[in-house]
Amino acid sequence: MTQTDLIVVLPVLVLAGWALVLMLVDLFVPPGRKAITGWLTLVGPAGAALALTAWPAGGSLSAFHGMLTADGFAAFLHLIFLFSVVVAVLLALTYLPRAGLERGEFYVLLLLTASGMLLMAQAADLIVVFLALELLSIPLYVLAGLARPRLSSEESAMKYFLLGAFASGFFVYGVALTYGASGSTNLNAILAAAQSGLMANGQPAVPALLLAGAALILVGLGFKVAAVPFHMWTPDVYEGAPSVVTAFMAVGAKTGGFAALLRVFVTAFPGLAPQWAGLTAVLSALTMLVGNLAALRQGNIKRLLAYSSIAHAGYLLMALPAAGAPLTAQSDFAVGSALFYLMAYALTTLGAWAVVMAVERQAGQGLTLDDYAGLFARRPGLALAMALFMFSLTGLPPTAGFIAKFSLFRATVDAGYLWLAIVGVLTSLVSAYYYLRVVVLMFMRPGEAQALSRPSLNLAVGVTAAVTLLIGLIPGPFLELAQRSLLSLAR
Amino acid sequence: MQVIFSTLTLVTVFPLVGVVILLFLRPDQQPALRWTALATSLITFGLSLIMLGQFAAGDPGFQLVVRAPWFTVGNFAADFHLGVDGISVLLVLLTTFLVPIAIASTWEAVQERVKEFLICFLLLETGMVGVFLALDLLLFYVFWEFTLLPMLFLIGIWGGERRTYAAVKFFLYTFAGSIFMLVAIVWIGLTYGTFAVPDLLKAGLPAAVQTWLFLAFAIAFAIKVPVWPLHSWLPDAHVEAPTAGSVILAGVLLKLGTYGFLRFNLGLFPQAAVQFAPLFGVLAVIGILYGALVSYAQADAKKLVAYSSVSHLGFVMLGLFALNPLGLQGALLQMINHGLSTGALFLLVGFIYERRHTRLLAEFGGLWKVMPLYAALALVVFLSSAGLPGLNGFVGEFTILLGAWRGYAHWGFAAASALGVILAAVYLLWLFQKLFQGEVTNAKNAKLPDLSRREIALLVPILVLIVWIGVYPQPFFNLMAPAVDALAANLNAAALALR
Repeated sequence: MTQTDLIVVLPVLVLAGWALVLMLVDLFVPPGRKAITGWLTLVGPAGAALALTAWPAGGSLSAFHGMLTADGFAAFLHLIFLFSVVVAVLLALTYLPRAGLERGEFYVLLLLTASGMLLMAQAADLIVVFLALELLSIPLYVLAGLARPRLSSEESAMKYFLLGAFASGFFVYGVALTYGASGSTNLNAILAAAQSGLMANGQPAVPALLLAGAALILVGLGFKVAAVPFHMWTPDVYEGAPSVVTAFMAVGAKTGGFAALLRVFVTAFPGLAPQWAGLTAVLSALTMLVGNLAALRQGNIKRLLAYSSIAHAGYLLMALPAAGAPLTAQSDFAVGSALFYLMAYALTTLGAWAVVMAVERQAGQGLTLDDYAGLFARRPGLALAMALFMFSLTGLPPTAGFIAKFSLFRATVDAGYLWLAIVGVLTSLVSAYYYLRVVVLMFMRPGEAQALSRPSLNLAVGVTAAVTLLIGLIPGPFLELAQRSLLSLAR
Repeated sequence: MQVIFSTLTLVTVFPLVGVVILLFLRPDQQPALRWTALATSLITFGLSLIMLGQFAAGDPGFQLVVRAPWFTVGNFAADFHLGVDGISVLLVLLTTFLVPIAIASTWEAVQERVKEFLICFLLLETGMVGVFLALDLLLFYVFWEFTLLPMLFLIGIWGGERRTYAAVKFFLYTFAGSIFMLVAIVWIGLTYGTFAVPDLLKAGLPAAVQTWLFLAFAIAFAIKVPVWPLHSWLPDAHVEAPTAGSVILAGVLLKLGTYGFLRFNLGLFPQAAVQFAPLFGVLAVIGILYGALVSYAQADAKKLVAYSSVSHLGFVMLGLFALNPLGLQGALLQMINHGLSTGALFLLVGFIYERRHTRLLAEFGGLWKVMPLYAALALVVFLSSAGLPGLNGFVGEFTILLGAWRGYAHWGFAAASALGVILAAVYLLWLFQKLFQGEVTNAKNAKLPDLSRREIALLVPILVLIVWIGVYPQPFFNLMAPAVDALAANLNAAALALR
């Protein structure tokens, strides 16, 4: 292992290493005082963020014979993942004892799944993508079942595991076909084979097989990001899993999935863009339509947010056809817009789930929309923050969600998919209805809404709300950061 | 620093200073809250008068322009770009003039959650002024959408019985309209590399793309105006909104729509405007007559006033799409007139509602004897709204009719609209008769107190302007004429190019 290898893998190493140390330390933390483990967890993301500073500013590094890469794209996503870990820990400190789930494993598994996400963002080889996918998923399966013996939690874990394993199968099959078609699993080598028509060993590449491989990879990752028609598991899993796990899943797993989708398709398969751009555009439109329309009928906040997360997968998928645009500037802008959207989505979604956890009571109570009636009268600050998150998810100014949607629509229109942008705005209108319902209940209906108030919880809500508003008002620096976080491409 | 301390920035963001102060006050410090909000809005009005002082009436272009990068990424740049011209100057003044009156009108009417109410109001003021002053399409869109949020809460929290229905309907209608505008704005920004309105005006957009851009913008504005048949959110929103909300909704928010037509649809897409003028002329005439007839059928005073807005804004639309200087000037003046008269009408309805907690006409009658001062002031406002010569409504409507006579292909447009003037007199005098004339039939009305000094103080500034514009409108026309004439010349050139 060279020094470069070490620098590139260091953030993942720190996070995974700290998870193992924490597992050991947790043995000496007495039950009932697991908050100590929680606070200690934060060393992991802090250390990983510190390790990130060793990366070269601007350029990119390649390590382990091209298996891993360290570029702006990965660094930007790392910041999203690490921020999500910190927020998830803050929320868990309040949520776990209240739900009677105070166990040290939670924090260990959280760090492990997060290290899988980090690895995913850096993977430059399909084998590493697969490894990362499993490292990301398996701890999440366990986490979803954390509330055992609650049946819905067990169901959630089982469903997530079975469908996730199924999706992994698709993914591996896709990798195998791609290898058969191009003679390599390295993204740059696949690109080279596709462009030259020759594998590294001199045999002719097989374009049809490559297309089939790409399609199967799309299916596998489509499951992870909950794109229609691979979304069926989402509402049940989101509803059954403990809320703090769902929050992290909704942000981390989705962001991880998109990290892989963007990197694989833009790095390895740009030559096939005419084929997959149309396909992903249709998937995107379907996902927006199904997610938003189904969300209209939900009376449970967790299911509502689950369908909303499906809908947002649809918006994010808009970036793929846009990233398949022939011009480098257009493609780069689309990837940057997707990154910005992921950031806005992460902030807003974590915030919204934090409010859900504040309102949720023991034994799955406090999860219907009606439990939000009158929240403004009781807890004005919390209600305002939730309204802000709802407006941001709708895409209304002056919130981060507006700038994110605007930038993504711009990329889509620029790539010639005006119809897709129109589907996007029309479904945003549909989404306004159900997000508005939450606001109406909180502000305009009398009710006895109750909400928890704990420093760590309030901190999480306050920070996410403040940043959501800040990005909406002064988007410049954040947009620029996202647009500069380029993929390291071999073109 | 220059950007922050320029007149236009201050007029736009000063209400936010009040919001910050309000945030630090306790909810139970009611007088302090109210005085802070009122003082903020009065200072904002003062700032807008300074703007008027700095405004050079003879210059047709944008003045006092402030421009600073808001965010820039690659060729994707949006600016904080404000400017005022003859089209927006009066509308800004109307806004800053009506907001303190609306705030003062809540002194007794709003007792619950006063702090939040006032914060919403001041946020709304920033949004409205921002819409009139923004010269960057994206900034305009942000202000435009932002006005929805405080109004949503104003109707939804402090409104009447069906307030949530009305608030949601208001929000979804307006949001539905504006998303198409967003797509059009994205497209313009991509194609021309700028969101700056002055640059786009200078460059001119090719006729081929004007049609769909015109329609995308028109949907947003037509819903806001509202143009018949997109008006159905308006009666609900008005009836359920608290009085101060109605005053601002009718007085200013509806003008955001007509302003949008004037600035963007006529300014940026002149050829499409020429092509669509007959369509909008027909819709305007239908709106005038429909609004007037439906007003006459109302049993609720507030609903009557709400429908009368549909009719009056029909006049504004008629004047706009006459596309000649007379029509445009009349329309712009009529926007101001409608803001004053209808604002006052909603105040008057609010006064009586505070006393009796009903607005049903059947409950009233003979109030002239009980509340003579109220009746006298109401008569002036009614007549102003009906377009009596000597008061402001006449000047606006007459100018619009003159413009329409020449501007439309057929004299029927003007003739049918003139019928609207008569109908307005019918429903307003009918309203007056129901409220004030005859004997006091309802014992509950026998002991109603006449207007308080506070209530008189609210009406007097509006009445002064109503008479001023009615008797000597020239200064108002002088302010708008250069900008409007330039716009009309541009439209004329577009019409010639189409022939």
